[in-house]
Amino acid sequence: MLAHLPVLQVLLPLMAAPLCLFLRRPYLVWIFTLIVSGLAFLISISLLQQVMVSGTLVYEMGGWSGPWGIEYRIDKLSAFLLLIITAMSTVILLAAQTSIQKEIPENRQIYFYILYLFSFTGMLGIVSTGDVFNVFVFLEISSLSAYALIALGKDRRALWAAYQYLIMGTIGATFILIGIGLMYQMTGTLNMDDLARRLPEVAQTRTVFAAFAFFIVGVCLKLALFPLHLWLPNAYAYAPSIVTAFLAATATKVAVYLLIRFTFSVFDLSFSFTALPLQTLFVILGLIGIFVASTAAIYQKNVKHLFAYSSIAQVGYMIVGYSIGTTMGLMATLLHLFNHALMKSALFLALGAVMYRIGSVQLSSFHGLGRQMPFTMAAIVAGGLSLIGVPLTVGFVSKWYLVLAAIENGWWPVAVLILLGSLLAIIYVWRIVEVAYFKEPVAGTDGVREAPMALLMPVWLLVGANIYFGVDTRFSVDMAQAAARSLFGVSP
Amino acid sequence: MSISLETMLQLCIILPLLAAVGIAVTGRNPNLREGISLTTSLVVFYLVIELYLGLKGGEIIAVQWWEIIPGLGFSFTIEPLGMIFALIASFLWLITTVYSIGYMRAHNEKNQTRFYICFAIAISGVMGIAFSGNLFTLFIFYEALTLSTYPLVTHAGTEKAKKGGRVYLGILLSTSIAFFLLAIIATWFVAGTLEFTPGGVFDASVNTTVAAIILVLFVFGISKAAIMPFHRWLPAAMVAPTPVSALLHAVAVVKAGVFTVLKVCIFIFGIDLLQELPSTQFLLYLAGATVLLASLVAMRQDNLKARLAYSTVSQLGYITIGALLASSAGIIGGSMHIAMHAFGKITLFFCAGAILVAAHKSNISDMRGIGRQMPITMAAFFIASLSIIGVPPTGGTWSKWFLLMGTLETAQWGLMVVLMISSLLSIAYLLPIPYRAFFPGKGQAVDQAGIKEAPTASLIAICITATGCLILFVYPQPLYELAAAILEIPGTAHE
Repeated sequence: MLAHLPVLQVLLPLMAAPLCLFLRRPYLVWIFTLIVSGLAFLISISLLQQVMVSGTLVYEMGGWSGPWGIEYRIDKLSAFLLLIITAMSTVILLAAQTSIQKEIPENRQIYFYILYLFSFTGMLGIVSTGDVFNVFVFLEISSLSAYALIALGKDRRALWAAYQYLIMGTIGATFILIGIGLMYQMTGTLNMDDLARRLPEVAQTRTVFAAFAFFIVGVCLKLALFPLHLWLPNAYAYAPSIVTAFLAATATKVAVYLLIRFTFSVFDLSFSFTALPLQTLFVILGLIGIFVASTAAIYQKNVKHLFAYSSIAQVGYMIVGYSIGTTMGLMATLLHLFNHALMKSALFLALGAVMYRIGSVQLSSFHGLGRQMPFTMAAIVAGGLSLIGVPLTVGFVSKWYLVLAAIENGWWPVAVLILLGSLLAIIYVWRIVEVAYFKEPVAGTDGVREAPMALLMPVWLLVGANIYFGVDTRFSVDMAQAAARSLFGVSP
Repeated sequence: MSISLETMLQLCIILPLLAAVGIAVTGRNPNLREGISLTTSLVVFYLVIELYLGLKGGEIIAVQWWEIIPGLGFSFTIEPLGMIFALIASFLWLITTVYSIGYMRAHNEKNQTRFYICFAIAISGVMGIAFSGNLFTLFIFYEALTLSTYPLVTHAGTEKAKKGGRVYLGILLSTSIAFFLLAIIATWFVAGTLEFTPGGVFDASVNTTVAAIILVLFVFGISKAAIMPFHRWLPAAMVAPTPVSALLHAVAVVKAGVFTVLKVCIFIFGIDLLQELPSTQFLLYLAGATVLLASLVAMRQDNLKARLAYSTVSQLGYITIGALLASSAGIIGGSMHIAMHAFGKITLFFCAGAILVAAHKSNISDMRGIGRQMPITMAAFFIASLSIIGVPPTGGTWSKWFLLMGTLETAQWGLMVVLMISSLLSIAYLLPIPYRAFFPGKGQAVDQAGIKEAPTASLIAICITATGCLILFVYPQPLYELAAAILEIPGTAHE
């Protein structure tokens, strides 16, 4: 049983998805999905423990060993990501039933859970597999279900946003497929480990360069790196709140994982950072992304849009950390991956609570919410402080390591820019605070009460995690460090 | 009592937080709520006194909590400088609590529970800053202080309060993240430690250019010390209720700023290194300019609180100069001035609040002849003004004396002149207020109908702090001993 965990991690939600159809009642389906996600979470904990004790786990599908068979390969990085995805999914699902009651018509609620499980499966699959074609398949599973999930949004613009995302996402996926195809053409293998061994022999060919370039562009589309971020704001803003929280906490993280996996494990780092001017390109795009997206966030009237732009900026931070190209930089990126998942899931879930009571997340409908929904607003403030990077929150820990990594590498201007970027976060977070606490409630909203416990509890669980992992960083820092070191081939 | 000194140290930080919870729970019952505030401030003051006696007895009091980032965690140590700050802050918190009970009730302020909660959290932050054993701990409490005082500054909830709060938070948070944090991370990278070390953390091999830049980042980043051009938050914060302005902007927040500057100069750079850095001179001139310009601006303010705010900016400059002079007299003068200015300025703010509550006046031009109706308040105002100016028989004399000595010791003639001129200017902007109050002259005297002295609770507070200004003149020894002890810690001595 224990030996099959790597595949069960992916199979469990995949098998559970069609079963939902038999349960018929949304409430039962919710419980079932929650249990599945909880089990996946337990599996990921067990996998993490195994990886930490005995190193990389390799699971051969049907007993066929690689490179002929398909391998599942769980190393520290994968295990870390699996834990983030399953944990986030489980906490977010706690709030799902209450939230979607108001946002998704009853007859579509079951489909919501099915799609959710498929998307979940896809992400877990991408992270677990050791086969590049498998990566593409799972990417499509998760993306296609994500398009449909976004389209479930009550707002009619959700359809347009989903369509936009579909077009952009498909272009990205196609680029990735072209990249994978070219790699296969040159090496005759799809197994990551095998590719890593064979690619250096043909590294100096134009085909491999092209493969690499296609792949990188495709992935950057998926992770919404500036200027390929255009699909993200609308997709996040018009999707149902739960979907936004889930995608914000996991989807871009998986794309960052893919970037790291391919540039470190498939192509080696010396190729990745020298074949193309990737380092310069990424640090510039990352920094521009931070400033452009943060500035855009300041001008948004819809709070979901605001935090969506902030997500793009946060991706910028991850990419900057990654492009430093040192263990410390990569560690900062992985740490921020974890921390950002905590921040954004808390914030978007809290917005879900606002949506539940008010039915809108326009900034203008936040008037007086500080008094009407004190706990929800307190959660948004706490999440916002974390986003700014105030001490005792996770955001501070991320920023600390990111700046330290930049200084360590002698990139002083980058360190300064990273910190200046967070000043923009103060502005956009404080716009919400001022509206919520200083404006009188709009007439006709006297009856607005605090959100129900079913929403508040998961929100505060995540806010608590934001504070806990900002105060006791042993787990997150150790994990990020171990993963970064193993990718750089440094023995722990 | 059998609690150890270490426990007391931690209680000083934790008790106010617990009190905040207690205040939140008992919010419905004002008497109980204020009882909790008062009791806690009494207990904390008692604990600080005990700690003071322990420190005097030569005990080494230090506590480590858990590590947040490997190698960096909460650590608390008591040394004389922190002791001065803690003594002043805890004593004046007690007095301010008495004062604000009178003020807030007489003024019928809204949201008093929130007010007392944030107040308690802010004091916890101050205690954390005072006792912090490394720069990392200090930074955490520094930010906590900024955030917990934001609701106090914007207490009124009006459009003006929102604007003031925006400037307040904007400047304090921005500079602390963009400069202070950068300086801390850079120090951590260069020196490998953030522990407050007598003699500084940088070894001889440090690149002076880098250290000079880090020093500039520190002085700009610690904008609570209100060095120009980052002083704008202080006048902006005057929209707060008067007790808040009094405690936070005469004692807690601004003193946390200059305290941090002193701490960084003495224990991160060490005064030997400080003297060699090329940027020290530049910063000294900047602080001198702040002292002078703020005094000039203060003269032009008609709003009493605004005038006091600019006077604070100017006086904070004195302390920063004391720290940057990097001489023993400068350090002694600077750290004594923390206490002297605190007593003087808090009295002035208390008086401003009393006038507002009793006479509903906030502009100086409206205060002619008010001394007839509010003799005690205005007498206290006079004494406190003398202390700010620095003339006998008030405590301010001593600190200014040592600061001037410091400029002489280091042959900073220009700065000496600046300090003297600024003292003259402070005579010009402070003394006319009590003078006109008692001797309205031929001008239009205030309409005196219906004006009577401030609420008793507030009056008691005013008398205590005003007397404090006088006592500190006659009996400055304990303070001087503490200030002198800062440099006697092995390794700090400059000779």
